[in-house]
Amino acid sequence: MSATPFLVLSAILFTIGCVGVLTRRNAIVVFMCVELMLNASNLALVTFSRVNGNLDGQVAAFFVMVVAAAEVVVGLAIIMTIFRTRRSASVDDASLLKY
Amino acid sequence: MFVPLAETAPTVDPSTSGGVFSLLWVIIALPALGATVILLLGNTRTSRWAHLLGCATVLGSFAISVVAFVALLGRAEEDRQIGQKVYDWVDAGSFHVDFGLLYDPLSALFLLLITGVGSLIHIYSVGYMAHDVRRARFFAYLNLFVASMLTLVLADNYLVVFLGWEGVGLASYLLIGFWQYKPSAAVAAKKAFVVNRVGDIGMALGTMLTFATFGTLTFAGVSAAADRASDTTLTVLGLLFLLAACGKSAQVPLQSWLLDAMEGPTPVSALIHAATMVTAGVYLVVRSNFIFDYTEVAQTAVVIVGAVTLLWGAIIGCAKDDIKKVLAGSTMSQIGYMMLAAGLGPAGYAFAIFHLLTHGFFKADMFLGAGSVMHAMDDDVDMRHYGGLTKMLPVTFLTFAIGYLAIIGIPPFAGFWSKDKIIEVAFEQNLVVGLAALLGAGVTAFYMTRLMLMTFLGKKRWEDGVHPHESPKVMTVPLMVLAALSAVGGLLLLNDWITDWLAPVVGAEPHVAPEIPAIVLTLIIIAVVLVGVAIAWLTVGRSDVPRTAPARVSVFTRAARADLYGDAINEGLFMRPGDRFVNGLVTFDDHAVDGFVDGTGSAFGGMSGTFRRVQTGFVRSYALSVLGGALVVVLALLAVNLA
Amino acid sequence: MIAFWILSPIMVAAALGILFARKAVHAALLLAVVMVGLAVLYALQDAPFLFAVQIIVYTGAILMLFLFVLMLVGVDASDSVVETIKGQRLMATVVGLLFGAVVVLGVAQVSLGAVTGLAEANADGNVPGLAQLLFSRYVFAFEATSALLITAAVGAMVLAHRERLSPKQTQADLAAQRMRDYASKGLHPGPLPSPGVFARHNAVDTPALLPDGTPAEASVSRVLSARGAVRSAPATDVDRLTDSMGDGTSNRAVTRSGPRGPIDGDPSDRARPEGTEDQA
Repeated sequence: MSATPFLVLSAILFTIGCVGVLTRRNAIVVFMCVELMLNASNLALVTFSRVNGNLDGQVAAFFVMVVAAAEVVVGLAIIMTIFRTRRSASVDDASLLKY
Repeated sequence: MFVPLAETAPTVDPSTSGGVFSLLWVIIALPALGATVILLLGNTRTSRWAHLLGCATVLGSFAISVVAFVALLGRAEEDRQIGQKVYDWVDAGSFHVDFGLLYDPLSALFLLLITGVGSLIHIYSVGYMAHDVRRARFFAYLNLFVASMLTLVLADNYLVVFLGWEGVGLASYLLIGFWQYKPSAAVAAKKAFVVNRVGDIGMALGTMLTFATFGTLTFAGVSAAADRASDTTLTVLGLLFLLAACGKSAQVPLQSWLLDAMEGPTPVSALIHAATMVTAGVYLVVRSNFIFDYTEVAQTAVVIVGAVTLLWGAIIGCAKDDIKKVLAGSTMSQIGYMMLAAGLGPAGYAFAIFHLLTHGFFKADMFLGAGSVMHAMDDDVDMRHYGGLTKMLPVTFLTFAIGYLAIIGIPPFAGFWSKDKIIEVAFEQNLVVGLAALLGAGVTAFYMTRLMLMTFLGKKRWEDGVHPHESPKVMTVPLMVLAALSAVGGLLLLNDWITDWLAPVVGAEPHVAPEIPAIVLTLIIIAVVLVGVAIAWLTVGRSDVPRTAPARVSVFTRAARADLYGDAINEGLFMRPGDRFVNGLVTFDDHAVDGFVDGTGSAFGGMSGTFRRVQTGFVRSYALSVLGGALVVVLALLAVNLA
Repeated sequence: MIAFWILSPIMVAAALGILFARKAVHAALLLAVVMVGLAVLYALQDAPFLFAVQIIVYTGAILMLFLFVLMLVGVDASDSVVETIKGQRLMATVVGLLFGAVVVLGVAQVSLGAVTGLAEANADGNVPGLAQLLFSRYVFAFEATSALLITAAVGAMVLAHRERLSPKQTQADLAAQRMRDYASKGLHPGPLPSPGVFARHNAVDTPALLPDGTPAEASVSRVLSARGAVRSAPATDVDRLTDSMGDGTSNRAVTRSGPRGPIDGDPSDRARPEGTEDQA
């Protein structure tokens, strides 16, 4: 199986994740798009591990998953704390650093 | 027009000093020391003895000058140039200048004049400035002036001359504006300094050009190499030195400051603006004879300047009612005579110096006499308030009269001999110049007679409360000495002594027999003078002098009263365009330069005002920028790796 | 490979759905679709361990965590369609498309050479192979990651913790408070009536009936009332029941009632004990 289609799919998913981060206003949905990006890179890592014939790529993907898990935990806790104080989960609320 | 040079101009070749000549530097040092001491200790501390110190220093210099002169007389004619190096002044690479002194027949005469007349005026000032609270400072400035003037005439190179040149300019400024509280005095001092500055440009440029051409500034060096320089260079040098001389000697076109300089105390007018400083220009021309002799153009220029000025000064003097201003106009005119003679080459140098000396005597005499009259008339300078002073001021009248006879050129007084020789030499060279000099003699006679008539003779026109009295001895004794010198000064010409005395310095002209016999010319001159006297008697002496100046006068009188529009010309030609130029520069600076700077600032401010809108504060727009950046990086990577 | 070509359009469509879904819950579920699809792709590429981990950890744990937070935050928290930042949507689309095009083209241009395949690496099995690497070359990263996990857990606890501002009320305090409320405001001190007790239905959304037949508002959750999801107690139901019980007398007490009981009706009704009526 050629690796290129997998890489192209990974690129497409990554781009969609990027655009999602830029476009969505709900903090949790933005976070989900970030997870999508991470997943896309995982796919690329696994594909390359297959291309190179060793398992380093899969180990890397494994670590990415672990880190993503930890990150989601803390990130969502933060969002929840913000939501408790602000009663809103919109990312546009943090706009004090403007001209 | 001019008789070409028969031989090369004499070179300056001083021998080292010894004996009494080793004291040459003391001549300058004494008044310099006097000035320093009085100025450093201050007016109040020295007020009781400063005048004594001031007189003592100048008298000391006079004494040494006399001794040196006698010693020089004793030497053989070829051996009369003595040099003394005081110290190494400038030593910068190839530019080397010593503070050196040159004592030769020319500087010997000047030393005697400056220190002699200077001492008399110092003594006179003791009495004249007796009531002035700042008399000590006055003497300090007078000493400073004497020291600078001595430096000027004793210098053996152009840079030391320049040092003295600037020093006398400074002293003149300080002394004209001595009564600082008078705005007119301050303005006059400033005017004198500024106009002198224009002349100083000529001096500075001439000095620089001399160094550039000859590689040295000493008279010895330049005189040795002068005949080898190009004609253009020598002409330019001559014209530059002429410009310098015009500034210092108040010749046209830089003459406007002299009449205003009469704001200073009368001893100042006598010493600086009659006898010595204003003669520095003539000294410069005569000393630079080794340059002028090789350039006809510059010599012609000098003659023209002299001729124009002698008539200019004479005409101004005819219409002034201020006694000092009449004498100032007369000074301008007489120096015109000297410049005229100096411009005639070796034929006239000696006579220029001769007239310079006699002029120093009789003009100082008359200025001090005028001071004496002012002292009697409560410091009033308006001649229309004088009249009938012969009985009240007998000594003053007699000494003044001797000076008057000398200046108009009545034999056997000093002025006759010197002026006569100048007119004679002028006629030998050029008819027009000779006629101008002759006419000048007539006009001189006119206005001096007018002065005498208005001041001493005729009816009393005094102000109320004025009680004229003779001045104290400390003032009248110098007058008597100067009158005596004015009387017998003609003896210098006996056996052509002065011509022979100055020959080693300025060269000698073989005597050309004039077309008109000398005695005939002399008689013509005397006749012209008497005509001038007669006209004055007829116009001024016969009828009563009105106490206020008449308003309806001829156009000539009006012009003469306005200094022949000298100030107006300066204003129109230089001051107003300069003013407009400077204002334009200020506007340019304010709007263009400041505008550029401020504009840059506000441009940046405006730009930042626009660019800061990028900072929206929204995370998502920043994320967009991040994505854009990532895009650029990826493109770059691809470009590098795939290209 | 066929699996790939079937799955990838679905995954791309789901990803696009995340972009456009209005409700956040929908987005989460679409993300689950993508993740499961990715798991299958891992399986396709000889990574069975990752296939399992992806489903268990990513989809099963992380995504569920998302859903929990969505529940806490508000399930119907939806984005408005209007974009507040001018030009953001357009610029994002443009730059995103550009970025995507560049990366895809770049990737397509790269020649990767022959695919080595994981047959050799997976010779002892995928899991032992991974373990080999994990505990030899990447052991330090492994240990660091464990520290990271602990930190994350502690961090979450710290962040989500809410400090008690007043002392915890004991049961005795609660009882005393209830008594005070009854004394001052007349609030019922006893427990709330359970819903639908006296009517035919005992569903949560059916209110209990008071003795005079009116629904007791306190018996239904006020959330449901606020939502308007409360069912009315069906009076016809009771009538039908009593009719079916066969004594023919319709209990008018349900429809016309006063505050304390039936206004009119048979004296024989009064005789019947009220406790038998609640056999619904």
